Amino acid sequence: MNFIYQTWPWYISGFVIGMIMLCLVYFGKTFGMSSNLRSLCAMTGVGKRVAFFDFNWKSQRWNLIVVLGAMVGGFIAVTYMSAPSNVAINPKTIQQLATLGIDAPNGKLLPNTLFGNQIFHSPKSIFLLVIGGFLIGFGSRYAGGCTSGHAISGLSNLQLPSLKAVIGFFIGGLIMVYFLFPLIF
Amino acid sequence: MKGFKYFLVGLIFGIVLTKSEAVSWYRIYEMFQFQSFHMYGIIGVAVATGIVGIQIIKQKKVKDIEGLPIAILDKEKVAARYYIGGLFFGLGWALVGSCPGPIFILLGAGFLPLVLVLIGALVGTFCYGVLKDKLPH
Repeated sequence: MNFIYQTWPWYISGFVIGMIMLCLVYFGKTFGMSSNLRSLCAMTGVGKRVAFFDFNWKSQRWNLIVVLGAMVGGFIAVTYMSAPSNVAINPKTIQQLATLGIDAPNGKLLPNTLFGNQIFHSPKSIFLLVIGGFLIGFGSRYAGGCTSGHAISGLSNLQLPSLKAVIGFFIGGLIMVYFLFPLIF
Repeated sequence: MKGFKYFLVGLIFGIVLTKSEAVSWYRIYEMFQFQSFHMYGIIGVAVATGIVGIQIIKQKKVKDIEGLPIAILDKEKVAARYYIGGLFFGLGWALVGSCPGPIFILLGAGFLPLVLVLIGALVGTFCYGVLKDKLPH
């Protein structure tokens, strides 16, 4: 039973994620999470003004159900399956974070510095999260997929375009972490 | 009940991503610092599992659940959109520490500040929709 509370190993997680992608392919669908953002936009009716959102979002309802399941899964895992020993990242990483003024995990999934509820009182923190979200939404649609659509689905189907997207993801991520983090924090 | 299997797939996805900490901001930062194998292991095994599965599906011409042939579409063969779009995505991924799946998973887990990330992501998606024809692909 102890296993349930500990950090699950990468090989189990990776295998299950691969099987989830294959499961959706077997259901006649594709594994891609960022498409839901487009469906959510289309649900508001903006398709009348912007052609990109003029499609039958109801045909994507299955994917929104996947998202709903994922949200419930996140709730169950955090509420009933976590332990203070979780998120045991590299001590060197923790030291680096300390120099940026970011708190250590101590079992938490997210740093308080960025995701504690006090951030709602800080215009800078609100701005950072909204901008980060904007880049994710804009970038994933521009690239035609995110981690699930390109890194998992695309690479599994040996798609060169997806490799280009993943290279883009990493260049962006490294620029953020190495050059922009010291300026932001 | 047709939708239940999708709910179940999502449920497992949410639990596994949370329990393996792929939804953790810390794990993403650690990955971009190359200070742990954990995230690379997850992505690597997922892709390896996927490659084997997709090859089996293609070679045995496996039919889907409704008995229809499975067609896996190739991605559009261009370059600019993948590098440029990918770059934008990567900047956001590293800053917020979550990609679209984890945004929803963490919201479900009750991390309220993720609402801000979701709003940003919807606005970003909307802006792409508006600017699409003016952007290089």
